[in-house]
Amino acid sequence: MSEKKYFDEMLNADGSVREPYRILGEWLEGQPKQALKQLSQDAETIFRRLGITFAVYGSNESTERLIPFDVIPRVISAHEWRRLEKGIEQRVKALNMFLWDLYHNQDIIRAGRIPEKLIIQNEAFCPQMMGLNPPKGIYSHIIGVDIVRTGPDDFYVLEDNLRTPSGVSYMLEDREAMMHLVPDLFHKLKVASVETYPENLRRTMQEMAPESCTGHPNLVVLTPGIYNSAYFEHSFLADQMGASLCEGQDLFVENGKVYMRTTLGPQRVDVIYRRIDDDYIDPLTFKPDSMLGVPGLFDAYRAGNVTLINAPGTGIADDKAVYTYVPEIIEFYLGEKPILKNVPTYNCTSDSERAYVLDNLEHLVVKEVHGSGGYGMLVGPTSTKKQRAEFAEKIKARPDNYIVQPTLALSTCPTFTGKGISGRHVDLRPYVLVGDKIRITPGGLTRVALKQGSLVVNSSQGGGTKDTWVLEE
Amino acid sequence: MMLGHSAANLFWMSRYVERAENMARLLEVGYRMSLTERSEDGTSEHLVSMLQAAEAEDTFFAKHETVDVPSVAHFMLFDTDNPSSVKSCLFNSRTNAKSVRTEITTDMWESLNGTWLEFSQIQPRSVLGNKLPSFLQWVKQSSNQFRGALLGTLMRTDGFAFAQAGGFIERADNTARILDVKYYVLLPRSSMVGGDVDIQQWTMILRAASAHRAYRHIYHDRYKAHNIADFLIFRKEMPRSLAFCATSVTAMMGMLEQIYGEPSSCHDEAIKMAQFLTAGNMDKVFDEGLHEYLTNFMSANNQLSNAISDAYNFY
Repeated sequence: MSEKKYFDEMLNADGSVREPYRILGEWLEGQPKQALKQLSQDAETIFRRLGITFAVYGSNESTERLIPFDVIPRVISAHEWRRLEKGIEQRVKALNMFLWDLYHNQDIIRAGRIPEKLIIQNEAFCPQMMGLNPPKGIYSHIIGVDIVRTGPDDFYVLEDNLRTPSGVSYMLEDREAMMHLVPDLFHKLKVASVETYPENLRRTMQEMAPESCTGHPNLVVLTPGIYNSAYFEHSFLADQMGASLCEGQDLFVENGKVYMRTTLGPQRVDVIYRRIDDDYIDPLTFKPDSMLGVPGLFDAYRAGNVTLINAPGTGIADDKAVYTYVPEIIEFYLGEKPILKNVPTYNCTSDSERAYVLDNLEHLVVKEVHGSGGYGMLVGPTSTKKQRAEFAEKIKARPDNYIVQPTLALSTCPTFTGKGISGRHVDLRPYVLVGDKIRITPGGLTRVALKQGSLVVNSSQGGGTKDTWVLEE
Repeated sequence: MMLGHSAANLFWMSRYVERAENMARLLEVGYRMSLTERSEDGTSEHLVSMLQAAEAEDTFFAKHETVDVPSVAHFMLFDTDNPSSVKSCLFNSRTNAKSVRTEITTDMWESLNGTWLEFSQIQPRSVLGNKLPSFLQWVKQSSNQFRGALLGTLMRTDGFAFAQAGGFIERADNTARILDVKYYVLLPRSSMVGGDVDIQQWTMILRAASAHRAYRHIYHDRYKAHNIADFLIFRKEMPRSLAFCATSVTAMMGMLEQIYGEPSSCHDEAIKMAQFLTAGNMDKVFDEGLHEYLTNFMSANNQLSNAISDAYNFY
């Protein structure tokens, strides 16, 4: 394959600065040589002091690492953002309708628009949710849509993340850090605020309180505990919302109602933002050996005495195999053309597509259907011959376990590397809240692959983050 | 109202910070006393006494044969097999704090987290020699900094009362232990009671409580065993005394009662303990035997801690 040209978020092909980056570009130009280095060090001090760390799976339990932070922000124009916002809203609306349908009439299957087998035999489908009516018909309230860009107008959705997307605390803390580090830039540019997120999350949770709850709903964040890689985020969000941060042992169910154990005895709980996977939330309904969950929680939910955010079973709508059908889903429920594109995906169970995949692995990306966090994937162009051979065997053995996509030419954004400024590949995860209305925080988390040439942005694989500035008009 | 689990974490967060500080104070006494010792095999009897007072001799002797400053200091500061070492305490208090990040302030968290990060980077070898006193000073200062953050930034709600109660209960226990070192330190001959060596040892105990100057202002007298024990047990002006701690725990129980609008059994126990200390005096203590008195106190103090845990659903 010939040398690929990547879209540069900051520079036009002729080297001139794109309009949204004009002021940032001038500012960068005016910085003395050591300034960015100093800013990076200051940023690290801020983050470490605040304890914004994540635990890394597979390494020592007590290891806490900082997610690397890049001090050069990513900028999105008001015009670009408007389009993204519309596209995201459309997707999120359709996917919640899809979930309602799957757990009720299954019209979309009856209409032959999506294969029954793909849903019913899918591990992410939750039969216990059949016929259950979550408040206001909403299943996924907190969503982080992964978007990549390959050209001025080419945005693709990589994943919808309808279960328990993480990273929103980094969006907020990155902004906080930037306000400390470069207040002068905020004077020059009108950057849309992200600080409303915790308040909007609280409102969303309140709006989703069970009908039976008449007073002020009691909100809690349910965390697996301090050793979870995202614990900082759980406590951060609870703190920002003024909700209680609970572990499974802090809650119990009696007569179909959920209570927390307090210094004054049991107190009723109305809405739970749970950061525990479906399988672990209730040992009586799901995995019996789960120590993280609350026995009887699902029954309390089924009885309408408590709201779970997000609902169990939302994973079926962001399953990698179902992903291929999202354009179809949007058309079926909304009668609209998708605003944001899906990445073309090869289906390995089809003989002809599999044959193409096996012949072209060095240009393709292979993902495990149920994998996440950048684990268990093959990035063709940067892989070794041996890795490709291994994946070829895996695909042949279980074609339904993998999806394959072309390697996307992820846009690059100027990034401080220690030696100087250089382009690094980025993606974008905007955060969406679905309550009585859909609230999308302008911007989101920009993840950046810090290794030169790398296309994997996950923090568990050496990725970092950047603040994301949506400009106001 | 808060989660019983959170209340427990706040209570123990403060206890561990206080314990870390007092381990440094205890070690300071042992270290200073050992400087005056001349033993042939390098073993320090004073350090043995200090280990006994810390109830740590079994754990220590399971790993070490000789009792000298570097081995004891390492054990008291850095050894994670010792559940009360400064490192264990700092680790535990930070873990407690992490579990209740939503109930404490950023200032408190930064103080604990900063101390832990700094502590983790210290090479034990670099502080076990002549730098030991200044390192112990640093440990004490870190604890002071945390307390300052707590007093200066934490809302006066139930969480504050739990955190404070834990700190005072731990401090009372530790002051009792520091005093008890003197019981284990044997004078070469009984005729030396009241002699220079005896008084010198008492003085070191006073210093460990940061109280050697305040003593003069209260007693207008030379250092005397009777007065020093009185100071650390009964004087309510002395913020490390048993009486002060008991009174403070009682105040926190009163605060909880007011916030919650309902009485609890542990409040009565706290009052009883405070009254017991108010009513006592040194003559009675020396009649009963200082060591016995302190042992009884530590046991009652521990019971009070359990009563608070039960009353407020700690788990």
